[in-house]
Amino acid sequence: MKEFLRPVFLVTWKDILLELRSREVVIASMVFAVMVVVIFNFALNVTPETVDILAPGILWVAFAFAGVLAMSRAFVIEKDQGSLEGLLLCPVSRDSLYFGKMLALFLFMTVVEAVLLPIFAVLFDFSAFSFTLIGVILLATLGFATVGTLFSSIAVNTRSREIMLPVLFFPVITPVIIGAVETSTGAIGSSVNVIGVGRWLQLIAVFDAVFLVLCPWAFGLVMEE
Amino acid sequence: MGSVQTDQVTMTSSTASRSYLGSAKSVLLLAAGAFMLANMYLIFMWAPTEAVMGHVQRIMYIHVPMAWLAFLAFFIVFVGSIMYLWKRESRWDMLASSAAELGVVFTSLVLITGPIWGKPIWGIWWTWDARLTTTLVLWLIYVSYLMLRAYSSNRSQGALYSAVLGVIGFVDVPIVYFAVNWWRTQHQRLVIGTGSLEGSLNADMRTTLYFSLLAFTILFSFLLWQKISMKRTEEDLRSIRYSKELTRGARIER
Repeated sequence: MKEFLRPVFLVTWKDILLELRSREVVIASMVFAVMVVVIFNFALNVTPETVDILAPGILWVAFAFAGVLAMSRAFVIEKDQGSLEGLLLCPVSRDSLYFGKMLALFLFMTVVEAVLLPIFAVLFDFSAFSFTLIGVILLATLGFATVGTLFSSIAVNTRSREIMLPVLFFPVITPVIIGAVETSTGAIGSSVNVIGVGRWLQLIAVFDAVFLVLCPWAFGLVMEE
Repeated sequence: MGSVQTDQVTMTSSTASRSYLGSAKSVLLLAAGAFMLANMYLIFMWAPTEAVMGHVQRIMYIHVPMAWLAFLAFFIVFVGSIMYLWKRESRWDMLASSAAELGVVFTSLVLITGPIWGKPIWGIWWTWDARLTTTLVLWLIYVSYLMLRAYSSNRSQGALYSAVLGVIGFVDVPIVYFAVNWWRTQHQRLVIGTGSLEGSLNADMRTTLYFSLLAFTILFSFLLWQKISMKRTEEDLRSIRYSKELTRGARIER
């Protein structure tokens, strides 16, 4: 177990160091997410009466878009100066590489969301500190990072990678987005939740579990060359 | 020199087996044509007009078989993708990608014929009901499958990437269905369940539907076969051109 975890953390630490020096991912996607929120505010004309219905949707659109921005950088930084080949030459398994990159992406997205959530709570006037909300954000972000790492590694090798990543990512991630919005609606307040928050959390957890098995396997195949 | 001769021998034998297969394919084409003509007759002339919905209901005889075949196509993509990832033989990739193209065509037609029926019956073109939404997400997944192939930098890479997506997309579909189903039960009930429609079919209608299913399946098998043999021909052409270029290069070197 320790032999498996060490390279994972090393890869993650490498990405964190890079991020601390360049500050490319976290700041950029944070600013982007705030812009999404502001634009949605104009587009949907959010008033105190409609905020309960609209806020969860806006929150998750902002998170998902910011997430795609972060995950598109995840492999572009490896590709730009050919450091991907260096990583692949390292005597560590593909699984360790995958989980290292995934963990880094998960961390970046969580940091972005942790900053955004209070801003969001102030702007739309709801309590951000509900355990359900934080739980669903962590679970859904894990799902985003799991699928996102694989698709980022695929999209980076295609032509027009900026387009390919969201086109691949959004259809597959649909169940997580639905579950996250429904759970947040329940957590933020108003609407009656027939299915129940627990079932939605279970669904997202099942999604995470399935793709946490499937994506490392697929990553190993994709990274063969 | 010897290797060139054996190449030619294998080439002729494979051409011979292919011309045999080609005549089998034309039989399938004839069958597909005949069955589809008979199918049109059954749908538009023979099947009784539905009492409440009128002629619009006849869309169902096309809509339901195409939906069924679209799901079959995506299942074939899944199987072909797994086999390609396992064996790495290009024929599995040809099978998967041909099925994906057909699946996208059929799903598009399902998504078009559905609203044509829905507008006069439900009064709306589209509703975010579980089945419709899942079909739409399914369509998006396989459109991205085709895009991934088109945007890959080379063909073997496109085959590998799309095979991965062929597996992931198919595994995702049941989760999407669960999510969408729960999501809808929260807001509204189904306007009309297709299940209730099938229950109300009389014997002649049911016969027409089953016949249509058979006819469309024959058409689908022909199209799939045709698509695969087109891809095989493309690959042959490519390898011939490649070997020509190789010999030309060798001569220059000499």
